[in-house]
Amino acid sequence: MAEAPKIDPMHQFLIQKIWDGPVFQVGGLTFDMSITNSVASMLVGATVLVLFFLLSARREVVPNRAQVAAESLYNIVDGVLVTPIIGAHGRPYIPYLFTLFCTVFVLNLMGVVLSVGSLAGQTWTFTVTSQLAITATLAVLTFFSVFILGFIKHGPKFLTLFWVPGMGVLGGAAMVIIEMISYFVRPVTLAMRLFGNMMGGHVVLSLFGSFVVGLGVLAFSGGLATLAIIPATLSFAMIVALTGLELVVALLQAFVFVALATVYLNEVVNFGHGH
Amino acid sequence: MEAEAAKLIGAGLATSGMIGAGVGLGVLFGNYLQAAIRNPSAAASQQPMLFLGMALTETMGLFAFVVSLLILFVF
Repeated sequence: MAEAPKIDPMHQFLIQKIWDGPVFQVGGLTFDMSITNSVASMLVGATVLVLFFLLSARREVVPNRAQVAAESLYNIVDGVLVTPIIGAHGRPYIPYLFTLFCTVFVLNLMGVVLSVGSLAGQTWTFTVTSQLAITATLAVLTFFSVFILGFIKHGPKFLTLFWVPGMGVLGGAAMVIIEMISYFVRPVTLAMRLFGNMMGGHVVLSLFGSFVVGLGVLAFSGGLATLAIIPATLSFAMIVALTGLELVVALLQAFVFVALATVYLNEVVNFGHGH
Repeated sequence: MEAEAAKLIGAGLATSGMIGAGVGLGVLFGNYLQAAIRNPSAAASQQPMLFLGMALTETMGLFAFVVSLLILFVF
């Protein structure tokens, strides 16, 4: 019987080029316009999202299932997040938050559901959000949009966000430093949370898959090793349970990303006063 | 001690950060259940907060896991 393949859970995160595109230099930067598996996944995700909302955006009073699904997604952002946290002033920001939610949700989901793996030795769609570059882009975009919005809306007075009243000059200065550190670490935690969840989930899934294959190969080598079919079956059951968990985590991480973005936005929109 | 052995030991030790995440999650859900049994009608309205708190606490455990993977596979 053949040797079991080496256990390598990190191979699924490699970026591979599918189609070589032109490479051009602008100033000191190199732009490589190839289609990689990451780019292909994002294109598939965008297409799925646009098609879903085009097909389900109806105005029936008695909705069909697609319309219920689309309206439920919108209600998560509007009714559960923005209106309770920010209030009526937050309505102009719902398009961005809803787009962010749907993007993260679809990309997370595609890694679990739509993983077309190992066709001709390549993985053509893979979990886009398990790349730190992608999650860091989304996090930095969200954070700096909110930060700059604060200055646009409130001018330099926005910097009083870091001042904690009632501590005197020296205590206040120390608190300003601490507040600034905890404020500017926000894009880092936003990026790392989504990245860690997605990468961790897929590493564990790949690891249990390796166990099934490895233990199965061991079981087929005959003799007492046939007992190894039991842990192989248990590992398979774990994969089923973990895939269910990954589906929940896909929705939950999208929800948490947008919930935190809403909370950060609330500090800017309702700056200085309550709701 | 060679670097490979130290890496493996370090990766194992790094996962002990998940102890805190486990304790935090248990405290969170326990308190939610306790309050939900006292006041069932208000329980459903706080479920989004429950999931938000769960994800934020889980993040800390994940940071420990990511550091462990970093030590194993990147260094």
